[in-house]
Amino acid sequence: MNSTPSSPATSPAPFVSNPRVRRKLRQERIAQAVFATMVVLMLLPLLGILVYLVVRGAPLISWEFLTTNPSKGMTAGGIWSALLGTVWLVVVSLAFSAPIGVLAAVYLNEYAKDNWFTRVVNLAVVNLAGVPSIVHALFGLGAFVLFFGMGRSILAASLTLAVMTMPVVITATREALGAVPMSFREACWNVGATRWQTIRRIVLPNAVSGILTGVILEISRKAGETVPIMFTGAVFFRAIPEGDLFAYRLTDQCMALSMHLYTVTTQVTGAPAALPFAVATVLILAIILINATSIAIRAWLRSHRKW
Amino acid sequence: MNERDNSITTRDLCLWYGKFQALINVTINIRHGLITSLIGPSGCGKTTLLRCFNRINERYGYVTTTGEIKLLNKNIYDPDVSLIELRKSVGMVFQRPNPLPISVYENVVFGLRIHSDRKPARSELDDAVEKALTEVGLWNDLRDRLDTKATNLQLEQQQKLCIARLLPLKPEIILMDEPCSALDVEATRAIEELMLSLKGRYSIVIVTHNMAQARRASDECIFMLLGEIIEHARTADLFLNPKNPKTAEYIEGRYG
Ligand SMILES: Nc1ncnc2c1ncn2[C@@H]1O[C@H](COP(=O)(O)OP(=O)(O)OP(=O)(O)O)[C@@H](O)[C@H]1O
Ligand SMILES: [Mg+2]
Repeated sequence: MNSTPSSPATSPAPFVSNPRVRRKLRQERIAQAVFATMVVLMLLPLLGILVYLVVRGAPLISWEFLTTNPSKGMTAGGIWSALLGTVWLVVVSLAFSAPIGVLAAVYLNEYAKDNWFTRVVNLAVVNLAGVPSIVHALFGLGAFVLFFGMGRSILAASLTLAVMTMPVVITATREALGAVPMSFREACWNVGATRWQTIRRIVLPNAVSGILTGVILEISRKAGETVPIMFTGAVFFRAIPEGDLFAYRLTDQCMALSMHLYTVTTQVTGAPAALPFAVATVLILAIILINATSIAIRAWLRSHRKW
Repeated sequence: MNERDNSITTRDLCLWYGKFQALINVTINIRHGLITSLIGPSGCGKTTLLRCFNRINERYGYVTTTGEIKLLNKNIYDPDVSLIELRKSVGMVFQRPNPLPISVYENVVFGLRIHSDRKPARSELDDAVEKALTEVGLWNDLRDRLDTKATNLQLEQQQKLCIARLLPLKPEIILMDEPCSALDVEATRAIEELMLSLKGRYSIVIVTHNMAQARRASDECIFMLLGEIIEHARTADLFLNPKNPKTAEYIEGRYG
């Protein structure tokens, strides 16, 4: 310490703070505070909705609430037939849209040449995603219910939902495929692999987490839609055998959570005030659960991949 | 020179990317069993020429090719040529090592798996892995780590693996596009030694920006400029007595 060389008296000591630096630091703190405030502003309503729903709805929710049909003009009982209806609609609709969407996306991304046809298809997919659900509802009514003679049924409603949410899978799948480096494909082609071999052995295994995310996102879209199923297969009320998962047939009409929420909120008098909140809570929790699964699956698959 | 000595011959090969002509009347004879280096400034079409030999350029819809390319005296544009068989016999190594995101073992046997109709026997695959990895000098390092993901190896090992991956298919020709440019000096040496040890059994064409490497490792050398072949000679001759003044300028380092 004693041997510290003395610095020239004229120049300030190095690295020392000065007013100019302090002003920058102040701006920095203000900027950060503004951005953080916006995050709070954005989160508050979201959390507010969630807490409000759960607090108001929780007293009604019980195992019995989930597993009994509505009764007494929907002022009492549970939501069994609506819950099961939503599950049926989602599963049946997924059975159509997931395979078609994923395979179509594979074609578009891996096989299709970049020509006017592909561009038109891409444009169509993007625009399909932006079509309002009421339009899909009318399309479903015209095409599936009337033209194909399915009548108002789970099948018709599911197909309508499938058409409506197809762009979600297609877009997610294409993004997942696009994220697989081109060099992997070239490596395969250069040892004489066909496109299909390349897709099956390298591209799909590396894109599967993204594809799954897309499919799961699609599930939550489907579960929440009201208008399209209202036109094509959902009914206000229907009692079904309680506890039987196969209580519905494809040709049946069904209840659905989203529609039931609409009904108990606007169409029914004399229901307990907590009822709509309870239905909404179940719907939201189901969607949160599905999304959480998606995040978990993705995280797990990511941790098993490195390139 | 005997016809049969040629492994790659082109006549008046021209290639356009859209309207841009990247190869102009390329006529060359690349001799069998030798290492031929391809040098020239950036953008002169070396990669493009190399990628003609396994017809991988055609992946882009906007590429047009005219002229003739013969590999082992077979016109690769003949209607009966199968791209799958062609690429099986013409292996390619890239600038950036591009092992597949699967295990070392699976990388080596990938070609065997995709080219055999029945499921190959385990012993057959094991043999192929040992043979190929021994040939590229990786066997001792990796024999206990065949399950590791190939993308986690060191770059040098990755690049050797990319070469090893071609060998079980018994290729006739190996094309290398700047195979050492992502590697350090030691690793570059190692790859060059590997090339020399593979010489004779395979015809090797290597694109390089490294003059010293071209001199050390190749038997013949081709100099390209703006899509044209300027000079093709034995490496020693080309570097000592370049016939074309442009070649002389380039190897003296005036441009590139
Ligand atoms: N896919 C492509 N589409 C359009 N033009 C291309 C494409 N690939 C290459 N080119 C053009 O063709 C010319 C030759 O490119 P090429 O990659 O063959 O050069 P190169 O000699 O390999 O260069 P480098 O030494 O930088 O690798 C360049 O002018 C390049 O811009
Ligand atoms: Mg190049």
